[in-house]
Amino acid sequence: MTQTHSTPQSEKTGSITIIGSGIAGIQTALDIANSGFHVDLIDEKANVGGVMAQLDKTFPTNDCSSCMLGPKLAKLANHPNIDILAYTDVLGLEGEPGRFQLTVKKKARAVDPKRCVACNICAEKCPQRVSDPFNLNLNQRKAIYIPYPQAVPLVYTIDKEHCTYFTKGKCRVCEKVCKNKAVIFDQEDEIITLDTGALILAGGFEPFDARLKAEYGYGQWPNVITSLEYERMLSAAGPYQGHIQRLSDGQIPRRIAWVQCVGSRDSQIGNDYCSAVCCMSATKQAMITKEHDGEIDTSIFFIDMRAHGKGFDRFYERSKSENGVRYVRSLISRVIPNPEDDTLSISYVAPGHDPQEETVDLVVLSVGLCANTSSVKLAERLGVSLNEYGFCESDPLDIVATAKPGIYVCGAAQSPKDIPDAVQQGSSAAAQATALLADVRGSNVTAPTIHEERNIRGEEPSIGVFVCHCGINIAGVVDVEAVAGYAGNLPDVKYATDCMFACATDQLQEIKQAIKDHALNRVVVASCTPRTHEPLFRNTLREAGLNPYLFELANIREQDAWVHQAEPQIATHKAKELVRMSVSRARLLEPLFETSYTVVPEALVIGGGLAGLSAAHAFAEQGYKATLVERTAELGGNARTLYYTEDGAQPARYLQDLIQKVENQPLITVCRETQVVSITGSCGDFTATLSQKGQSQTISHGVVVVATGGQEHMPVEYLYGQHPGIITQKEFEKLLVSAPDKARQLKRIAMIQCVGSREPENLYCSRVCCTAAVKNSLKLKTIQPDAQISVLYRDIRTFGFRESHYSEARRQGVRFYRYALEQKPHVTHQDGELGVSVFDAHLQATVQLQADLVVLSAAIRPRPESRELAEAVRLPLDEDGFFMEAHPKLRPLDFAAPGYYLCGLAQGPKFASESIAQAGGAVSRAVTVLSQKEIVAEGMVSRVDAELCRACGECEKACCFEAINVKQGAAGRKQAIVTEALCTGCGVCNVACPTGAASLAHFKDEQINRMIENHSQLNSED
Amino acid sequence: MNPTEQPKILAFVCNWCAYAGADLAGVSRIQYPGNVRLIRVMCTGRVNHGFLLKAFLRGADGLLVSG
Repeated sequence: MTQTHSTPQSEKTGSITIIGSGIAGIQTALDIANSGFHVDLIDEKANVGGVMAQLDKTFPTNDCSSCMLGPKLAKLANHPNIDILAYTDVLGLEGEPGRFQLTVKKKARAVDPKRCVACNICAEKCPQRVSDPFNLNLNQRKAIYIPYPQAVPLVYTIDKEHCTYFTKGKCRVCEKVCKNKAVIFDQEDEIITLDTGALILAGGFEPFDARLKAEYGYGQWPNVITSLEYERMLSAAGPYQGHIQRLSDGQIPRRIAWVQCVGSRDSQIGNDYCSAVCCMSATKQAMITKEHDGEIDTSIFFIDMRAHGKGFDRFYERSKSENGVRYVRSLISRVIPNPEDDTLSISYVAPGHDPQEETVDLVVLSVGLCANTSSVKLAERLGVSLNEYGFCESDPLDIVATAKPGIYVCGAAQSPKDIPDAVQQGSSAAAQATALLADVRGSNVTAPTIHEERNIRGEEPSIGVFVCHCGINIAGVVDVEAVAGYAGNLPDVKYATDCMFACATDQLQEIKQAIKDHALNRVVVASCTPRTHEPLFRNTLREAGLNPYLFELANIREQDAWVHQAEPQIATHKAKELVRMSVSRARLLEPLFETSYTVVPEALVIGGGLAGLSAAHAFAEQGYKATLVERTAELGGNARTLYYTEDGAQPARYLQDLIQKVENQPLITVCRETQVVSITGSCGDFTATLSQKGQSQTISHGVVVVATGGQEHMPVEYLYGQHPGIITQKEFEKLLVSAPDKARQLKRIAMIQCVGSREPENLYCSRVCCTAAVKNSLKLKTIQPDAQISVLYRDIRTFGFRESHYSEARRQGVRFYRYALEQKPHVTHQDGELGVSVFDAHLQATVQLQADLVVLSAAIRPRPESRELAEAVRLPLDEDGFFMEAHPKLRPLDFAAPGYYLCGLAQGPKFASESIAQAGGAVSRAVTVLSQKEIVAEGMVSRVDAELCRACGECEKACCFEAINVKQGAAGRKQAIVTEALCTGCGVCNVACPTGAASLAHFKDEQINRMIENHSQLNSED
Repeated sequence: MNPTEQPKILAFVCNWCAYAGADLAGVSRIQYPGNVRLIRVMCTGRVNHGFLLKAFLRGADGLLVSG
């Protein structure tokens, strides 16, 4: 697994560099920085975020993409152990694993990041309009820019190729209007060397250039656009404010066609791979289109519907049944323009029909994912090998390890993949890089500065109010001086002023000074949204010796000046009211104190298959003890009979090595024939009760990894079990390996796909069976080249680079017959002869096959014991019985309950390489807990007044997080007790409590009531 | 309520969705009437009937709970 090195530990650097800042790089950075290491996150672009920032929604939940990315970006921007080096190029690498020196060039933005407060005034006044690459050039931005409002780092950059000053030597408007003097035209590039222990490549992908497929007319006809352009069109924050339109005339299209596989599955252009995301992406886009406007006809033209991920088949079915999305199984050979009305004609041959032609208003080309050009160049510079398509080559089973020690890869830089796969691979790469540097954990991190806190008990409220101009963002609409003047007359306000940029470094200094000079004990800032700026101001209070919770923000920008731009009087009046509400609340704010718990630095891993073994081993590599619990007497699980993969790896052999490593690892305790009876406690401090052959024992641990695996479904159809010539795909693999002489006798083989998968009662794809059929077909061809192999399938789902093996199988004469769910094949057995009849949906005719062997590609099911465990430790299962992650997109390895993680088949069907990657990723997530000495619980939690509590249990019933329970209290009687580590501060218990005993700190009844009382001028004395 | 005046609307909004939505409206410069005031809570589960009654008693003409 992880590469080993002989570098002396004293010389290792406790810092890791990540190159590429899309979602994979971001997840990697956060995991590493939360595990006791410094991170340098590099991107050649001016701001981080990657392609996910450009997406409107994400499948299969149709969650808003930027709403999910936003909190991650905010964490990144505020993290004390992450340096973001955006607008930076990598020049070269020297040194060795554990202690590299990376030379980078920080390109000059012509803007000083320390002074820029992103007020946007420069861009407003800049006279130079430029095509906006963030919006795929569908609209324009200015020559000084940020790509989108939530960009991180929130610093403007001058586009020197287009800026009039840099191209013609004239203008300097931005310099003149910048009130903070942040524009520096003669700023120079800076070349620096970073000491770094390991490198992670996360450069992502670039979309296929659709102009290379001239037959579709992209770039020639305005109403032919790419899927990424359509994504921007759908976005409410995009160039058309979310209004779907034809680019030729801005009219709403009545018919939209999606053309799949543009630049994918296309050997003619050298892309003999599947881009893995486009089928679901088009499905999502069509569904969202229908939600925007149900009158628009949406048709998706495709070859195979690749819905191979968790929840994807249900999503696909829903798009048909609920949204009325039409699917046509046909390639589109060309798009013909009709210049008279800017419509487009597409011709196709649907199965069983003559060629047809259709006219549509908009064609969306689902462009494939291609290797990122700059990543390719970088890999060459670093000596990392690439595959034939330009993606980073990695070990077939250990997919985050490149051939170069100390350099790892994750995300779409390794192969085309969707967001959850990129995220879990990011975590997995983090695990390997940190394992390499485990002995220098904590050596390069910033310890938080402790500021002495002033005790304000007994003091009357003394409030300072700072009203921000935000350049002209607020002051251009709101009379800021008038608001500050008004604030000065509110009760308990001792100091009120207006300021140009409340968040600028010099102004923060003035706030600290004012706190001292005027003995302030509450601070109100009236500026922008607390969602981005509250952490900054809270920190300022902390530095000034005030408890950070004595702060309140009044949002007079996003929720006032910007939404009442033409009504300055109304906006000013509203600003005064918002300030009054905030001041009234601030009077009642109380200091809050965070409590902390000691972490037990040990892990419990449940399940001794490939995923569980990998997880236990990865914990040990990180330096943590792990207890591995296996229900049966033998380790290894399903992987024991996974003899080979399509790309030449040998999971079963890998597994044997891994078992040996685990058994010889002193940090790992293996408990066979053991079950988990219960787990109590909370994140960082759990106690598990285990039962081993009737003997009970308890262990303490800080985290739990669930890796209980899955199993092959036992078919109940196709005469399985009634004839020795009818076997499962797994049994066939065993036969090919253990009895090649017998295999050589096989002349006619029929394989039936989707046995137990993708049916109404099991509406999910088992992900691996298409590839298994292809790999076993090719294997048999090497043993018996004359074998006639027929594969009966519904959709071939050899996603990613597996596609090339499917092509190879076709080349070698394996026949593929497509059947529909309504017309399943029939297996017959007469006089010892096996036969299969199938109605081929493509030929629209029944085909009779004789077979020496019928191989059933049986589904992957969760293990039945998963349900027992789920009940014992109260973890959720999905409707198919697999464990349910916290969020299918961005938290695929976490349970919603803190401290619990999952990996492997227990989470859903997957390949061995994916189980190994997930196990590493789950460990990385868990180490963010184990590497903390203490868990600090948020101060904003529920508190119970024991005097008022009558132990009725209403709060316990209402809490979704099991954070409040009725127990024996300190006073000797029963009362509700809050587990602060589990409390999320939602306040539901506060509402449920009939006596007022449970109360949410920082959002107490009286704190909210005071705002209600002050919401309207009518009821105010002022 | 005075018929010549705009109704006063008070909204209780969840920090994670509706409040973020109101921020996005601002970023997108979507204009709306100036007679609504937002009170941010960490979850709309925090909103009890007492807040709603109090709001009406203190002059609100309409309430919105969004989360």
